[in-house]
Amino acid sequence: MKRVDHAAKAEKFVGDTKHIEFHDKRLWELRTSRDTEVHGIPEWEELRSLASAIKGHTLTHLADYLEEFERNAVANGVVVHWAKDAEEHNRIVHQILSERGAKLLVKSKSMLTEECEMRPYLEARGITVVETDLGEQIQQRDNEMPSHIVVPAVHKLATDVAKVFAKTIGTDPNESSIPALAEAQRQVTRPLILKADAGMTGCNFAVAETGGITVCTNEGNADLSANVPPLHIASIGIEKLIPKLEHLGVFIRMLSRSALGSPITQYTSHFRGPRAGGELHYVLVDNGRSARLAMDDFWYSLKCIRCGACMNTCPVYRRSSGLSYGGVYAGPIGAIINPTFDLKKYSLLPFASTLNGSCTNVCPVKINIHEQIYKWRQIVAEKRELPFVKQSAMKVAGQVLSSPKLFRAAVEVADTAVAKLPRAVLYNPLNVWGKQRELPEAPKQTFRDWFLERSKK
Amino acid sequence: MKVALFVPCFINAFSPEVGIATLELLEKLGCEVDYPLDQTCCGQPMGNSGCEKEAAATEELFVRNFQGYDFVVSPSGSCVHHVRDHLTACEQSHQARAVRAHTYELVEFLHDVLEVREFPWAEFPHRVGLHNSCGTLRALRTAKMSEIEEPFFSKPLALLKHVKGIEFITPDRPDECCGFGGTFCVTEAAVSARMGIDKVRDHQRHGAEYIVSADSSCLMHQKGCSDRLSLGLKFIHIAQILNGARA
Repeated sequence: MKRVDHAAKAEKFVGDTKHIEFHDKRLWELRTSRDTEVHGIPEWEELRSLASAIKGHTLTHLADYLEEFERNAVANGVVVHWAKDAEEHNRIVHQILSERGAKLLVKSKSMLTEECEMRPYLEARGITVVETDLGEQIQQRDNEMPSHIVVPAVHKLATDVAKVFAKTIGTDPNESSIPALAEAQRQVTRPLILKADAGMTGCNFAVAETGGITVCTNEGNADLSANVPPLHIASIGIEKLIPKLEHLGVFIRMLSRSALGSPITQYTSHFRGPRAGGELHYVLVDNGRSARLAMDDFWYSLKCIRCGACMNTCPVYRRSSGLSYGGVYAGPIGAIINPTFDLKKYSLLPFASTLNGSCTNVCPVKINIHEQIYKWRQIVAEKRELPFVKQSAMKVAGQVLSSPKLFRAAVEVADTAVAKLPRAVLYNPLNVWGKQRELPEAPKQTFRDWFLERSKK
Repeated sequence: MKVALFVPCFINAFSPEVGIATLELLEKLGCEVDYPLDQTCCGQPMGNSGCEKEAAATEELFVRNFQGYDFVVSPSGSCVHHVRDHLTACEQSHQARAVRAHTYELVEFLHDVLEVREFPWAEFPHRVGLHNSCGTLRALRTAKMSEIEEPFFSKPLALLKHVKGIEFITPDRPDECCGFGGTFCVTEAAVSARMGIDKVRDHQRHGAEYIVSADSSCLMHQKGCSDRLSLGLKFIHIAQILNGARA
């Protein structure tokens, strides 16, 4: 797989003033709303520790909780399927649908189905898939991946959406008022929900002791998708398990506060069994999760509840947009999850970070995101996936900086260059620093020379 | 008290005045300060790039240069963070562990170890924006972080408030990373510069004359952005203000 060049894609995004300014501002608003909400809860830090501990406990007893969950779900009348990878997940979903002659599937947003690339799989087999979440549908209609796990089209301006809708649902390309666009999407989507043969949702939390699942949305589209058609399929990553119903009291308090800075999502829906005359299927998906669980430094990332707080706070993400990460998961969490799927393809993502640590601080389940980014860099270097220039530069740096003599010679060269070279030479195209920044001025003498001179006096 | 001064590579080469201010200040406060002459760098550029193998010899040299002192003090938060938390490429000998435990960033050394609160010689009659680098703020924990629910504290402010005439402005995003990030500043140059530009404009909008920080690398990057835009902002290290610089 070709390596995703985050820096190049980011540079393009940075060059588009209107988009970067809106994107940075909008996501920063989410971060500040989060801060305001969190300030209202004196025990917030305690909640984070508790949430992290519950997830830690569940993950270290995952097999037991999964079996308990399955037992209870089956007792509730749910049909439970197990998928070891994306391919198996897609095959199972397709089989459920085709056995019932289902041709139209409406679904709510699910990062897992993105991860499995389920939509193209089903569409190639004659099944129409409709995303009912507004942002997700915008992305589907524009044939793009979601750029954010909570607000999938946040990189688009309303005028961009107007163009997409004009092309795909025939609205006026100059009509970019948000209520009008949302209403237009509603008008084309509601009839499809009524006609649908099957509905699909993801899952935010799967409760082992009840065998039930909880789905959190703001548009109510998951409830429509799950409740209108006779067949409901829920795709569930195996890391979504929590042991007890009471633990929802911790996570539900944190999810939307962290994500959007609202106390709770508009809809928090609990599904436990099929409706009378209907069917409910769970597809429990591994797709690399148990392998990640076995990684000493990285298993912690499975605690993620997909709130997107790390993306909202990340100064790099806000200025490069989710699409520049080239994977299902973007931002800081993407930098540590995507490499577990394909190290070569995503080897540059851990370098799309200043290691500032803000992501770790906002994470409601205390994933040490920036420390994992640091660790991933070591793995990328060990596996020799660093770009050649960087690898060579680090080798030279290591030699020069470990030799006082070479170091002093290099300092002299640098200071002389900055002091003596004409501007045109100094700011040559290879000087990446100098493209948008002035170089520091060369001092009269280095600190070391000053110190030696002083010692002589 | 035997103190070794660590002047990181880029401060030695480009901002000697920061090293000078640190040395003079420590001496004013009664420390006996050594400057080991064979010092180079802490190994952070290689370490942050994931290149542990390439960092090992530099880290070994760092330990050799700085072993045997009561304290190692440096006017650079990110370098101290590397020594304390990431000096893992070298052998974790008794000496290495001791050096790592005894290395302090200047502000925390003044605040926590020397417990200085008076700087009678210091006067800085200017409007300044304080830039807490991510290294000092989130790694060394020298101030309250905006993301965390904790009582307010700020070691740099606790020191600076004793400087006569100083006035502080508050930018909209005081905690936001300025985008230097080590090699990030060249490998992700576009994003890095944009972050720097946003940072200096935020300070300027709120009327800062100076941006002050405990990290010269952030200052070098921000100054580069500000000068290119001719914003007229000035940049100064906290050591210089505490040592009595007037402008």
